[in-house]
Amino acid sequence: MGLFDRLIKGLTKTREKISRTFRSILPFGRRIDDAIIDQLEETMLADDMGPSATARLIGEVRAAYKSGEITETQEIIPFLKRRIVAYWPEPDRQLRLAEAGPTVILVVGINGSGKTTSVAKLCHHLATQGRTVILGACDTFRAAAVAQLTEWSARLGVQIVKHNQGADPGAVAYDACEAAVARNADVLIIDTAGRLHTQDHLMRELNKIQRVVEKKIPGAPHEVLLVLDSTIGQNAINQARMFSQHVKVTGLFLAKLDGSAKGGIVIGIRDQIDIPVKFVGLGETPADIEPFDPESFVEALFSESE
Amino acid sequence: MFEGLTERFGSIFRQIRGRGRITEANVAEAMRDVRTALLEADVHVQVVKQFCDEVLAKALGAKVIETLHPEQVLIKIVHDELVRLMGPVDARIPYVTPGPTVVMLAGLQGSGKTTTCGKLARYMINRGKRPLLVAADLKRPAAIDQLEVIASQVGAPCYTERGHDSPVKVCRNGVAQARRTDRDVVVLDTAGRLAIDEELMAEVAQIAQVTAPHQIYLVIDAMTGQDAVNTARRFNERLELDGLILTKFDSDTRGGAALSAKTITGKPIKFIGIGEKLDALEEFHPDRIAGRILGMGDVVTLVEKAQKQYDAKEAARLEQKMVKGLDLEDFLAQMRKMKAMGSMKDLIKMIPGMSAELANADVDEDELARYEAIIHSMTPRERRRPEIIEASRRRRIARGSGTDVKDVSQLLKSFAQVRDMMKVMGRMSLADRMRSVGQIAKMAASGVMPRFKASSTVKKRRETKADKRKRRKKHRR
Repeated sequence: MGLFDRLIKGLTKTREKISRTFRSILPFGRRIDDAIIDQLEETMLADDMGPSATARLIGEVRAAYKSGEITETQEIIPFLKRRIVAYWPEPDRQLRLAEAGPTVILVVGINGSGKTTSVAKLCHHLATQGRTVILGACDTFRAAAVAQLTEWSARLGVQIVKHNQGADPGAVAYDACEAAVARNADVLIIDTAGRLHTQDHLMRELNKIQRVVEKKIPGAPHEVLLVLDSTIGQNAINQARMFSQHVKVTGLFLAKLDGSAKGGIVIGIRDQIDIPVKFVGLGETPADIEPFDPESFVEALFSESE
Repeated sequence: MFEGLTERFGSIFRQIRGRGRITEANVAEAMRDVRTALLEADVHVQVVKQFCDEVLAKALGAKVIETLHPEQVLIKIVHDELVRLMGPVDARIPYVTPGPTVVMLAGLQGSGKTTTCGKLARYMINRGKRPLLVAADLKRPAAIDQLEVIASQVGAPCYTERGHDSPVKVCRNGVAQARRTDRDVVVLDTAGRLAIDEELMAEVAQIAQVTAPHQIYLVIDAMTGQDAVNTARRFNERLELDGLILTKFDSDTRGGAALSAKTITGKPIKFIGIGEKLDALEEFHPDRIAGRILGMGDVVTLVEKAQKQYDAKEAARLEQKMVKGLDLEDFLAQMRKMKAMGSMKDLIKMIPGMSAELANADVDEDELARYEAIIHSMTPRERRRPEIIEASRRRRIARGSGTDVKDVSQLLKSFAQVRDMMKVMGRMSLADRMRSVGQIAKMAASGVMPRFKASSTVKKRRETKADKRKRRKKHRR
């Protein structure tokens, strides 16, 4: 069973949804009118797509109707799917790997977004491709964060570079880079402490980690992944913007997509900032990771519940 | 960025007034802005719909269109309705005698349960209680370690059972332990779970059944989007919730999840989490969050944030200084405080009415750094009496700070203006002061520094010898 099938199944588990999914309420062959548009809008908003992205997409539907590109209700959803899928072209979603030497992936995000679990998932994903992975435990702030990552490294059988709680994360990053080069690792994944994007000093600390990595390994970090909880609302746009101001965010990791939220916010983000989604997390085991597939994502977004 | 609602309303009504007639349709148009504001704040779309319909009915009933300032009346109705829906305030934790009172926390992964456990314990300890924390999150690796660390930080014991796989038993044993060791409150930290995970939801319901908690709180991330409604509803179905705790309110989230969750469960919002520190737990104030949801800024939080940086004594000293005239050392201290308070943009966003004008006006933090360097290159005497800084000193300071003479002059000029304004403000009431801070910020944003006239009762500083020298020198040239 494919991962997104599982997702779709997970979604149907939510027996009663707040709004009726609109595929069922869009009568076949009916002309597109304001009532239908309103229902469509409501569903999109309920998926966290946000007022501005929703307004723009609705505008496109109206324009397409006017120009005759679509004429009847059953054409709306395929039309929207095409538009949304086009947001994430294939090359954007590939993980950028270093040509030689270790690839460095920096994982960032706010508190509780699911960074450490996502790091474990990435680690599993890359290790199963036959790459040697080293973890860098740069979350030296949260109580027991180092212990949590150490636990993962033991379970996954990979090496970890860590200091004690309260250590300078820049120093951990430095040691992790040295270890990655010395031990000839293919990938170094750096876990960082959760921080709210509004905490300027912590954002600068993140920038310092990036600078340390840049200096130790030319071209690094090759990926800076911002982890977002799928239940997050419009504030994620601010997050993406603020994190991008301090580190070069190259992609999103949409975590916890197995809940009842569908992560529609990535559309809102894509609408305003050019950051692609690279991975989705769908469960609690390290194997629950998939490269982002816009087709199935959009399918789930507009899927019908029981 | 959303413009201040009041202003948007103002412009809608002004436009119409020019054409002569305000109709119900116009009020409805203004309500569309309310709708967008609420949606941007992540209030659930159904809740928004209901809210807007009700407010519209109320607004028409209140004959908003016949009032002198329809925009203000309307905004007040909207605001009051939000406050009403999010209230009433009830932060009491009803303790039972004989104890222990069992408090259970539940919520999604990453919502902040474990941290909230610590904060709640601190809150209780400060009120003379002796809590025991129970680590019932056996799922997340190292969750037990985290709670232990937090417990030792707040000075509360922590009950753990390692290598166990039944949280139900751990909770039961924890409560028994509290009874044995004479603790009067037990806080159960349960594992995070998805609302649609049947198995885990059944487990949390079982814990509630076995330990019969006196209070069950649902912990929700204030940044949650539309899904807050699903989460709140599912947990409310399985547990007898007594209240909600919204976390991460220290971010710039507008926090519409608070309204969604309150509406769907009907349970009071007890506390909000406002920081990583363990004392960052606050009682809930609907009026503050209402302003925030509407994008009107949260002035109370702003003031409190600022207050944290000043103690009362220093504030009094500063007050005096303001009347007497600030010197550059105060100026430097103020700048450092501003930095400590966080990014200026975020602060400014909290001022009502500022958001629109200033969202895009860049407050240059590099410029602050430059000012700091310049002041650092001055002698203490120069800092205290900036008027003695003439051309040669300016050149020296510029060299020392790696800036241009014109930068130094610019700083001195701005400083003189600020000092004059401060003098005037020092003698205003608090309300007047708030208003003029707004004015100053507005003008600063538009690039025009206002010239405030110091009133004649302010004594002029006596001319020093240095001044005299400077004046003469200038004259000679």
